[in-house]
Amino acid sequence: MSDIADRVRKIVVEHLNVDAEKVTEKASFIDDLGADSLDQVELVMAFEEEFSVEIPDDAAEQIQTFGDAVGFLQKAVG
Amino acid sequence: MFDLSGKRALVTGASGGIGREIAKAMAAAGASVALSGTRVGALEDTAKEIGKACPILPCNLSNLDDVDKLVPAAEAALGGLDILVNNAGMTRDNLFMRMKNEEWDEVIAVNLTAAFHLSRAVLRGMMKQRFGRIINVSSVVGVLGNPGQGNYAASKAGIIGMGKALAHEVASRGITVNAIAPGFIGSAMTDELNDKQREGILATIPAGRLGTAAEVAGCAVFLASDAAGYVTGHTLNVNGGMAMI
Repeated sequence: MSDIADRVRKIVVEHLNVDAEKVTEKASFIDDLGADSLDQVELVMAFEEEFSVEIPDDAAEQIQTFGDAVGFLQKAVG
Repeated sequence: MFDLSGKRALVTGASGGIGREIAKAMAAAGASVALSGTRVGALEDTAKEIGKACPILPCNLSNLDDVDKLVPAAEAALGGLDILVNNAGMTRDNLFMRMKNEEWDEVIAVNLTAAFHLSRAVLRGMMKQRFGRIINVSSVVGVLGNPGQGNYAASKAGIIGMGKALAHEVASRGITVNAIAPGFIGSAMTDELNDKQREGILATIPAGRLGTAAEVAGCAVFLASDAAGYVTGHTLNVNGGMAMI
Protein backbone atom coordinates (compact mmCIF):
# COMPACT_ATOMS: atom_id res chain seq x y z
CA MET A 1 0.00 0.00 0.00
CA SER A 2 1.40 3.31 -1.09
CA ASP A 3 2.10 6.19 1.21
CA ILE A 4 -0.56 8.27 -0.57
CA ALA A 5 -3.20 5.61 0.00
CA ASP A 6 -2.32 5.47 3.70
CA ARG A 7 -2.63 9.22 4.06
CA VAL A 8 -5.94 9.28 2.18
CA ARG A 9 -7.28 6.41 4.27
CA LYS A 10 -6.34 8.19 7.47
CA ILE A 11 -8.28 11.30 6.40
CA VAL A 12 -11.32 9.24 5.40
CA VAL A 13 -11.30 7.25 8.63
CA GLU A 14 -10.99 10.35 10.77
CA HIS A 15 -13.49 12.43 8.87
CA LEU A 16 -16.21 9.83 8.35
CA ASN A 17 -15.55 7.99 11.57
CA VAL A 18 -15.45 4.56 9.90
CA ASP A 19 -13.27 1.48 10.41
CA ALA A 20 -10.12 1.46 8.30
CA GLU A 21 -10.90 -2.00 6.88
CA LYS A 22 -14.11 -0.65 5.34
CA VAL A 23 -12.10 1.85 3.32
CA THR A 24 -11.41 -0.41 0.37
CA GLU A 25 -10.47 0.41 -3.21
CA LYS A 26 -14.09 0.30 -4.42
CA ALA A 27 -15.70 1.81 -1.31
CA SER A 28 -17.97 4.69 -2.30
CA PHE A 29 -17.85 7.60 0.15
CA ILE A 30 -21.59 8.16 -0.10
CA ASP A 31 -22.98 4.65 -0.69
CA ASP A 32 -20.63 2.61 1.49
CA LEU A 33 -19.07 4.96 4.01
CA GLY A 34 -22.04 7.07 5.03
CA ALA A 35 -20.85 10.41 3.68
CA ASP A 36 -23.30 13.12 2.64
CA SER A 37 -22.58 15.60 -0.14
CA LEU A 38 -21.09 18.11 2.29
CA ASP A 39 -18.80 15.42 3.74
CA GLN A 40 -17.58 14.82 0.23
CA VAL A 41 -16.74 18.51 -0.20
CA GLU A 42 -14.93 18.46 3.13
CA LEU A 43 -12.95 15.35 2.16
CA VAL A 44 -11.80 17.07 -1.01
CA MET A 45 -10.79 20.13 1.04
CA ALA A 46 -8.85 17.86 3.40
CA PHE A 47 -7.09 16.12 0.48
CA GLU A 48 -6.16 19.52 -0.94
CA GLU A 49 -4.56 20.53 2.31
CA GLU A 50 -2.84 17.25 3.02
CA PHE A 51 -1.27 17.08 -0.43
CA SER A 52 -0.98 20.81 -1.17
CA VAL A 53 -2.84 20.47 -4.45
CA GLU A 54 -5.85 22.17 -5.91
CA ILE A 55 -8.65 19.83 -6.95
CA PRO A 56 -10.91 21.54 -9.50
CA ASP A 57 -14.67 21.05 -9.20
CA ASP A 58 -15.00 18.81 -12.24
CA ALA A 59 -12.24 16.54 -10.93
CA ALA A 60 -13.77 16.55 -7.46
CA GLU A 61 -17.06 15.31 -8.93
CA GLN A 62 -15.24 12.27 -10.35
CA ILE A 63 -13.88 11.29 -6.94
CA GLN A 64 -16.59 8.95 -5.70
CA THR A 65 -14.60 6.12 -4.15
CA PHE A 66 -11.48 5.70 -2.06
CA GLY A 67 -9.76 4.29 -5.16
CA ASP A 68 -10.78 7.36 -7.19
CA ALA A 69 -9.23 9.65 -4.60
CA VAL A 70 -5.98 7.71 -4.41
CA GLY A 71 -5.77 7.51 -8.22
CA PHE A 72 -6.33 11.23 -8.64
CA LEU A 73 -3.83 12.20 -5.98
CA GLN A 74 -1.17 9.81 -7.26
CA LYS A 75 -1.38 11.56 -10.62
CA ALA A 76 -1.61 15.04 -9.14
CA VAL A 77 1.25 14.64 -6.68
CA GLY A 78 3.30 12.56 -9.08
CA MET B 1 -24.19 34.06 27.69
CA PHE B 2 -23.82 36.88 25.18
CA ASP B 3 -20.06 36.90 25.57
CA LEU B 4 -18.04 37.02 22.34
CA SER B 5 -14.57 36.81 23.92
CA GLY B 6 -12.07 35.17 21.61
CA LYS B 7 -14.41 35.43 18.62
CA ARG B 8 -13.23 37.07 15.40
CA ALA B 9 -15.70 39.06 13.33
CA LEU B 10 -15.77 40.79 9.97
CA VAL B 11 -18.37 43.53 9.58
CA THR B 12 -19.04 45.07 6.18
CA GLY B 13 -20.46 48.55 5.93
CA ALA B 14 -18.82 49.35 9.26
CA SER B 15 -18.54 53.02 8.34
CA GLY B 16 -22.32 53.49 8.35
CA GLY B 17 -24.81 53.83 11.20
CA ILE B 18 -25.98 50.26 11.77
CA GLY B 19 -22.67 48.63 10.78
CA ARG B 20 -20.74 50.89 13.10
CA GLU B 21 -23.00 50.02 16.03
CA ILE B 22 -22.78 46.30 15.26
CA ALA B 23 -18.97 46.52 15.21
CA LYS B 24 -18.95 48.46 18.47
CA ALA B 25 -21.39 46.11 20.18
CA MET B 26 -19.47 43.00 19.12
CA ALA B 27 -16.20 44.54 20.27
CA ALA B 28 -17.81 45.50 23.57
CA ALA B 29 -18.94 41.87 23.96
CA GLY B 30 -15.29 40.82 23.60
CA ALA B 31 -14.87 40.05 19.90
CA SER B 32 -11.98 41.16 17.71
CA VAL B 33 -13.57 43.01 14.82
CA ALA B 34 -12.27 43.72 11.34
CA LEU B 35 -13.95 46.76 9.81
CA SER B 36 -14.75 46.95 6.13
CA GLY B 37 -16.34 49.76 4.16
CA THR B 38 -15.61 52.24 1.42
CA ARG B 39 -14.81 55.32 3.50
CA VAL B 40 -11.49 54.83 5.28
CA GLY B 41 -11.90 57.93 7.42
CA ALA B 42 -15.24 56.72 8.76
CA LEU B 43 -13.79 53.27 9.43
CA GLU B 44 -10.96 54.88 11.38
CA ASP B 45 -13.55 56.80 13.40
CA THR B 46 -15.34 53.53 14.17
CA ALA B 47 -12.04 51.99 15.28
CA LYS B 48 -11.38 55.00 17.52
CA GLU B 49 -14.80 54.65 19.13
CA ILE B 50 -14.12 50.98 19.75
CA GLY B 51 -10.86 51.92 21.40
CA LYS B 52 -8.89 48.79 20.61
CA ALA B 53 -6.94 47.72 17.55
CA CYS B 54 -9.26 46.83 14.68
CA PRO B 55 -7.98 45.81 11.26
CA ILE B 56 -9.34 48.30 8.72
CA LEU B 57 -10.06 46.66 5.38
CA PRO B 58 -11.44 49.09 2.79
CA CYS B 59 -13.38 47.32 0.07
CA ASN B 60 -15.62 48.34 -2.78
CA LEU B 61 -18.23 45.59 -2.79
CA SER B 62 -19.27 46.32 -6.36
CA ASN B 63 -15.86 45.07 -7.49
CA LEU B 64 -15.81 41.28 -7.14
CA ASP B 65 -12.02 41.09 -7.39
CA ASP B 66 -11.86 43.28 -4.29
CA VAL B 67 -14.63 41.29 -2.62
CA ASP B 68 -12.75 38.03 -3.06
CA LYS B 69 -9.71 39.47 -1.30
CA LEU B 70 -11.65 40.65 1.73
CA VAL B 71 -12.17 37.39 3.63
CA PRO B 72 -8.56 36.19 3.18
CA ALA B 73 -7.38 39.61 4.40
CA ALA B 74 -9.63 39.46 7.46
CA GLU B 75 -8.59 35.88 8.23
CA ALA B 76 -4.95 36.86 7.95
CA ALA B 77 -5.42 39.88 10.20
CA LEU B 78 -7.41 38.08 12.90
CA GLY B 79 -6.09 34.52 12.56
CA GLY B 80 -9.45 33.21 11.30
CA LEU B 81 -13.09 34.22 11.31
CA ASP B 82 -15.97 33.11 13.51
CA ILE B 83 -18.53 35.74 12.58
CA LEU B 84 -19.41 37.37 9.27
CA VAL B 85 -21.84 40.27 9.24
CA ASN B 86 -23.05 41.11 5.74
CA ASN B 87 -24.30 44.56 6.60
CA ALA B 88 -23.19 46.75 3.71
CA GLY B 89 -26.00 47.92 1.51
CA MET B 90 -26.95 50.66 -0.88
CA THR B 91 -30.05 52.06 -2.55
CA ARG B 92 -30.70 53.37 -6.06
CA ASP B 93 -34.39 54.12 -5.84
CA ASN B 94 -36.58 54.54 -8.88
CA LEU B 95 -40.07 53.64 -9.95
CA PHE B 96 -40.14 50.23 -11.55
CA MET B 97 -41.08 51.53 -15.00
CA ARG B 98 -38.20 53.98 -14.94
CA MET B 99 -35.57 51.80 -13.29
CA LYS B 100 -32.40 51.56 -15.34
CA ASN B 101 -30.55 48.29 -15.79
CA GLU B 102 -27.54 49.83 -14.05
CA GLU B 103 -29.63 50.80 -11.02
CA TRP B 104 -30.88 47.26 -10.72
CA ASP B 105 -27.47 45.66 -11.30
CA GLU B 106 -25.57 47.88 -8.93
CA VAL B 107 -27.89 47.28 -5.98
CA ILE B 108 -28.05 43.52 -6.57
CA ALA B 109 -24.25 43.39 -6.90
CA VAL B 110 -23.51 45.14 -3.62
CA ASN B 111 -26.40 43.93 -1.48
CA LEU B 112 -26.72 40.35 -2.68
CA THR B 113 -23.86 39.13 -4.88
CA ALA B 114 -21.16 40.45 -2.56
CA ALA B 115 -22.89 38.77 0.38
CA PHE B 116 -22.89 35.50 -1.57
CA HIS B 117 -19.17 35.79 -2.33
CA LEU B 118 -18.26 36.66 1.25
CA SER B 119 -20.44 33.91 2.74
CA ARG B 120 -18.93 31.34 0.40
CA ALA B 121 -15.44 32.50 1.28
CA VAL B 122 -15.86 32.12 5.05
CA LEU B 123 -17.30 28.60 4.84
CA ARG B 124 -14.05 26.68 4.48
CA GLY B 125 -12.63 28.04 7.71
CA MET B 126 -15.92 27.83 9.57
CA MET B 127 -16.56 24.23 8.45
CA LYS B 128 -13.12 23.19 9.63
CA GLN B 129 -13.52 24.80 13.02
CA ARG B 130 -17.09 23.50 13.30
CA PHE B 131 -18.28 26.93 14.35
CA GLY B 132 -19.53 29.94 12.47
CA ARG B 133 -22.06 32.69 12.52
CA ILE B 134 -23.24 34.41 9.37
CA ILE B 135 -25.56 37.34 9.94
CA ASN B 136 -27.17 39.02 6.96
CA VAL B 137 -28.65 42.45 7.44
CA SER B 138 -31.84 42.50 5.40
CA SER B 139 -34.66 45.03 5.71
CA VAL B 140 -38.37 45.25 6.38
CA VAL B 141 -38.50 46.32 2.73
CA GLY B 142 -37.33 42.85 1.73
CA VAL B 143 -40.29 41.40 3.60
CA LEU B 144 -43.05 43.91 2.75
CA GLY B 145 -41.82 45.59 -0.43
CA ASN B 146 -41.75 49.35 -0.89
CA PRO B 147 -42.61 51.53 -3.88
CA GLY B 148 -39.55 52.83 -5.70
CA GLN B 149 -37.34 50.10 -4.28
CA GLY B 150 -37.85 47.10 -6.54
CA ASN B 151 -34.12 46.52 -6.74
CA TYR B 152 -33.50 47.04 -3.03
CA ALA B 153 -36.48 44.87 -2.04
CA ALA B 154 -35.28 42.09 -4.35
CA SER B 155 -31.79 42.20 -2.88
CA LYS B 156 -33.04 42.21 0.70
CA ALA B 157 -35.54 39.40 0.10
CA GLY B 158 -32.81 37.57 -1.79
CA ILE B 159 -30.42 37.68 1.12
CA ILE B 160 -33.07 36.07 3.33
CA GLY B 161 -33.66 33.20 0.89
CA MET B 162 -29.96 32.77 0.24
CA GLY B 163 -29.30 32.57 3.97
CA LYS B 164 -32.00 29.97 4.49
CA ALA B 165 -30.59 27.74 1.76
CA LEU B 166 -27.12 28.03 3.24
CA ALA B 167 -28.47 27.46 6.76
CA HIS B 168 -29.79 24.08 5.59
CA GLU B 169 -26.44 23.10 4.14
CA VAL B 170 -24.18 23.96 7.04
CA ALA B 171 -26.31 23.51 10.17
CA SER B 172 -24.70 20.14 10.88
CA ARG B 173 -21.29 21.81 10.98
CA GLY B 174 -22.08 24.22 13.79
CA ILE B 175 -22.61 27.16 11.49
CA THR B 176 -25.74 29.26 11.81
CA VAL B 177 -27.02 31.67 9.18
CA ASN B 178 -29.59 34.25 10.16
CA ALA B 179 -30.96 37.57 8.99
CA ILE B 180 -31.94 40.75 10.74
CA ALA B 181 -34.63 42.85 9.08
CA PRO B 182 -34.58 46.34 10.55
CA GLY B 183 -37.52 48.69 10.07
CA PHE B 184 -37.10 52.47 10.22
CA ILE B 185 -33.89 53.15 12.10
CA GLY B 186 -32.80 56.67 13.06
CA SER B 187 -29.89 57.74 10.86
CA ALA B 188 -28.52 60.70 8.95
CA MET B 189 -31.05 59.80 6.26
CA THR B 190 -34.10 59.84 8.54
CA ASP B 191 -32.87 63.10 10.15
CA GLU B 192 -33.56 64.78 6.83
CA LEU B 193 -37.26 63.86 6.79
CA ASN B 194 -39.64 66.77 7.30
CA ASP B 195 -42.21 66.69 10.08
CA LYS B 196 -45.00 65.53 7.80
CA GLN B 197 -42.94 62.65 6.40
CA ARG B 198 -41.88 61.70 9.90
CA GLU B 199 -45.48 61.69 11.14
CA GLY B 200 -46.52 59.51 8.21
CA ILE B 201 -43.85 56.96 9.02
CA LEU B 202 -44.48 56.97 12.75
CA ALA B 203 -48.19 56.33 12.16
CA THR B 204 -47.25 52.91 10.75
CA ILE B 205 -45.05 51.96 13.71
CA PRO B 206 -46.87 50.68 16.81
CA ALA B 207 -43.86 51.59 18.96
CA GLY B 208 -44.41 55.20 17.90
CA ARG B 209 -40.75 55.94 17.35
CA LEU B 210 -37.85 55.12 15.08
CA GLY B 211 -35.49 52.36 16.14
CA THR B 212 -31.87 52.94 17.03
CA ALA B 213 -28.82 51.36 15.44
CA ALA B 214 -27.87 50.08 18.88
CA GLU B 215 -31.14 48.13 19.03
CA VAL B 216 -30.20 46.40 15.78
CA ALA B 217 -26.67 45.79 17.04
CA GLY B 218 -27.98 44.09 20.17
CA CYS B 219 -29.78 41.57 17.98
CA ALA B 220 -26.59 40.93 16.02
CA VAL B 221 -24.68 40.23 19.23
CA PHE B 222 -27.41 37.80 20.29
CA LEU B 223 -27.30 35.93 16.98
CA ALA B 224 -23.49 35.75 17.15
CA SER B 225 -23.45 34.49 20.72
CA ASP B 226 -23.70 30.99 22.15
CA ALA B 227 -27.20 31.92 23.32
CA ALA B 228 -28.38 31.66 19.70
CA GLY B 229 -26.62 28.38 18.93
CA TYR B 230 -29.90 26.66 18.01
CA VAL B 231 -31.29 29.58 15.98
CA THR B 232 -30.65 29.24 12.26
CA GLY B 233 -32.41 30.22 9.05
CA HIS B 234 -34.29 32.83 11.05
CA THR B 235 -35.16 36.41 10.21
CA LEU B 236 -35.28 38.65 13.25
CA ASN B 237 -37.62 41.58 12.60
CA VAL B 238 -36.51 44.69 14.43
CA ASN B 239 -39.15 47.19 13.48
CA GLY B 240 -41.14 48.42 16.47
CA GLY B 241 -44.05 46.25 15.40
CA MET B 242 -44.62 47.75 11.97
CA ALA B 243 -44.64 44.27 10.42
CA MET B 244 -45.43 41.40 12.78
CA ILE B 245 -44.56 38.34 10.74
